Amino acid sequence: MAADETAALRRRLMRAERRARLRAFALVAPLLAFLAFTFAVPLASMLWRAVADPELGTALPRTAALLRAWNGSGLPDEAVFAAAAEELAHAAQDKAAGLLAKRLNYEEPGYRTLILKTANRLSPPFAQGARAAMEAIDPRWGERPIWLAMRRAAAPLTGFYLLAALDLQQGEGGVTAVPAERAIFRIVLWRTLGIAAATTAACLALGFPVALLLARAPPRRAGLLMLLVLLPFWTPLLVRIAAWIVLLQEHGVINDTLTGLGLTRQPLPLLYSRSAVLIAMTHVLLPYMILPLYSVMRSIPPVYLRAAASLGAPPFAAFRRVFLPQCLPGIGAGSLLVFILAIGYYITPALVGGAADQMISSQIAFYTIGTANWGMAAALSAVLLAATLILYAAYARMAGTGGLRLG
Amino acid sequence: MPPHVEFIGVEKTYDGRTLVVRNLDLAIARGEFLTLLGPSGSGKTTSLTMLAGFETPTRGEIRLDGRSLLRAPPYRRNIGMVFQNYALFPHMTVAENVAFPLSVRRVTRGDIGPRVRRVLEMVRLEGLGERHPAQLSGGQQQRVALARALVFSPALVLMDEPLGALDKQLREHMQFEIKAIHRQLGVTVVYVTHDQGEALTMSDRIAVFSQGAIQQIGTPTELYDAPASAFVAQFIGENNRLAGVIEAIDGPRCRVRLADGSTVSATRGLDLPRGAACTLSIRPERLHLGLAAENRLAARLADVTFHGDHVRLRVVLAEAAELVIKLGPRAAPHPLTPGQTVELGFDSRDCRALDAPGTATIDSADPAALQ
Ligand SMILES: Nc1ncnc2c1ncn2[C@@H]1O[C@H](COP(=O)(O)OP(=O)(O)O)[C@@H](O)[C@H]1O
Ligand SMILES: [Mg+2]
Repeated sequence: MAADETAALRRRLMRAERRARLRAFALVAPLLAFLAFTFAVPLASMLWRAVADPELGTALPRTAALLRAWNGSGLPDEAVFAAAAEELAHAAQDKAAGLLAKRLNYEEPGYRTLILKTANRLSPPFAQGARAAMEAIDPRWGERPIWLAMRRAAAPLTGFYLLAALDLQQGEGGVTAVPAERAIFRIVLWRTLGIAAATTAACLALGFPVALLLARAPPRRAGLLMLLVLLPFWTPLLVRIAAWIVLLQEHGVINDTLTGLGLTRQPLPLLYSRSAVLIAMTHVLLPYMILPLYSVMRSIPPVYLRAAASLGAPPFAAFRRVFLPQCLPGIGAGSLLVFILAIGYYITPALVGGAADQMISSQIAFYTIGTANWGMAAALSAVLLAATLILYAAYARMAGTGGLRLG
Repeated sequence: MPPHVEFIGVEKTYDGRTLVVRNLDLAIARGEFLTLLGPSGSGKTTSLTMLAGFETPTRGEIRLDGRSLLRAPPYRRNIGMVFQNYALFPHMTVAENVAFPLSVRRVTRGDIGPRVRRVLEMVRLEGLGERHPAQLSGGQQQRVALARALVFSPALVLMDEPLGALDKQLREHMQFEIKAIHRQLGVTVVYVTHDQGEALTMSDRIAVFSQGAIQQIGTPTELYDAPASAFVAQFIGENNRLAGVIEAIDGPRCRVRLADGSTVSATRGLDLPRGAACTLSIRPERLHLGLAAENRLAARLADVTFHGDHVRLRVVLAEAAELVIKLGPRAAPHPLTPGQTVELGFDSRDCRALDAPGTATIDSADPAALQ
């Protein structure tokens, strides 16, 4: 075939394929739009808020520009004082000053009142100059820390929230750990991971035998058992947690039974404890473990166990070397699902846990609902997201290279 | 010395209503290649499974080397088994699959390597040890299954339709290789198939199953030349059937009157009384045209098909019965035109009077329909 003929043929093929591709894209376009609107956009805006630092720039734009140019040694020069004094006085009238005060207060407790007081009292023109006017209101304006804090806040992006979410801070000598009495997030993060891991382990320990039973049962009995497994899915979460409160409370079913039988003299503190959190979370998350396990086990033909036995493997060896390795994808998927769902849990620990059982989501809720500190809430969410992604990457890697093997 | 394997009065029912295996008595000699042949659903797999230990007989006993197997779990029986779809462990490589029976027997690592290599060589899979089963062709998977069932040197190997998933050419090749391995190792093989051709070429003896019972057991030639029932005659090889009534008995021979009134002389394949209805069974290659023979029947030629090494004729008798004749290319007279009248000839020793449908001691279903 001549070269131009081939080229024409290729063009026709491309045109035909382009039409097919366009049609396929048109079919998924609504879904893509929906996902972008409900998932990608909020996620991106959340990540943006974790690093955005707009308050100083909004309230004192000229001061911010000057501070960004300042090298940070000694005190800023008179021009900065002048700009700051003028803009602060001006900002006193609108909300921007309040937001700035709140933002700077994260740097050092007490800066909120400093900013608000100064903004309210400054009244131009300043006869003795801007610096003297500010120092007259509060001597801290004559010292370096407030200016350094403002310089940090002047940049459009900040690592402040992300560092704080890991109990770190940006000091003069670089990044350091915050003092032990102010460190909270790392403890909560480790606690979150610990509770999620324990819940996953409990779900696996309870779910594996159930999935095995389901997979081995004749179809009709399997259907009935599956109904029992799924029943919790059809009960509202709050109802299930309320049921656990009824069971576990001081004069609840369990404690009444134990004292009634004379096994314990006083009621045990079951509710508002770590065990209550673990029990309730395991109960809620168990189906997410059972379903992937069940579907993987169902796909393993029983003939493999017969083959193993005919080759001389006693039941336990056949289970461990032939059945279990083939269950690993289900174990991996179920554990990952339960773990990822568990690290985001909020309602359950809030209702049945004590103060020392709260997970990272409760901190996020505190910063969004309680103090409207969006930066901090977003940073904690980003840490949670990062933990999830790291876990998922580790899982994908193990599953991909076949590294998860016992046989 | 006791037989290697013995089934004594074995019965099996799964549902408590129908017997899947009835009153099975079977003795298998050491080193024998015995095939269980029968249509699908006739209880072959069940019999094999009971021998392997995955099902227990509801009555009777199975013995290995004279010792009852009733209490031995499958993993202590030391019986190699090749499963219908191979059941190769998908998460293990070929070498790991083959090493599995050795490692569960705690053979030392140093011994496993050479033994695995040797058995993979025997099935001609050297160099494929690191592959996973999914990366192999059907024939190669079959060889791995064979290697895995042989590597721990069992004295008895069971195979359940091991070649069922292969295409015809590969199947014939593997039949040959399995036979060669059997001769080389001298193991006892119990082989299950529903393919009569496979059974005829491979077996020392064949047990023909129907509806959970053995219809006949014997060497391939015995079964082909002297079937003991119409079912066996029909199931093994090609067969012509004619209905008739026994008119006279003369020692091993009898005279049978056909529906159109003509009589033929036949061998008594069963101890049928005078006046009993019977089925005459004649192999197509034992019928010939126009030669001197004990029995002669006039028929109309329906059609002729040429097969290269032979010619097949379809003829219709006066009573509308249809027969197939297989002639060597030299034995076919020329010209043969459909519609012409021909004279068939056959000897009484090639024509056996067997049970008529519905009168057999065992109600054998029509094997042609079952196949
Ligand atoms: N595990 C089982 N449970 C119930 N019935 C079975 C089972 N296995 C086989 N059967 C029944 O037993 C009969 C014989 O089956 P099988 O031994 O597999 O025959 P074959 O191997 O000759 O085809 C069939 O009717 C089959 O439906
Ligand atoms: Mg079968």
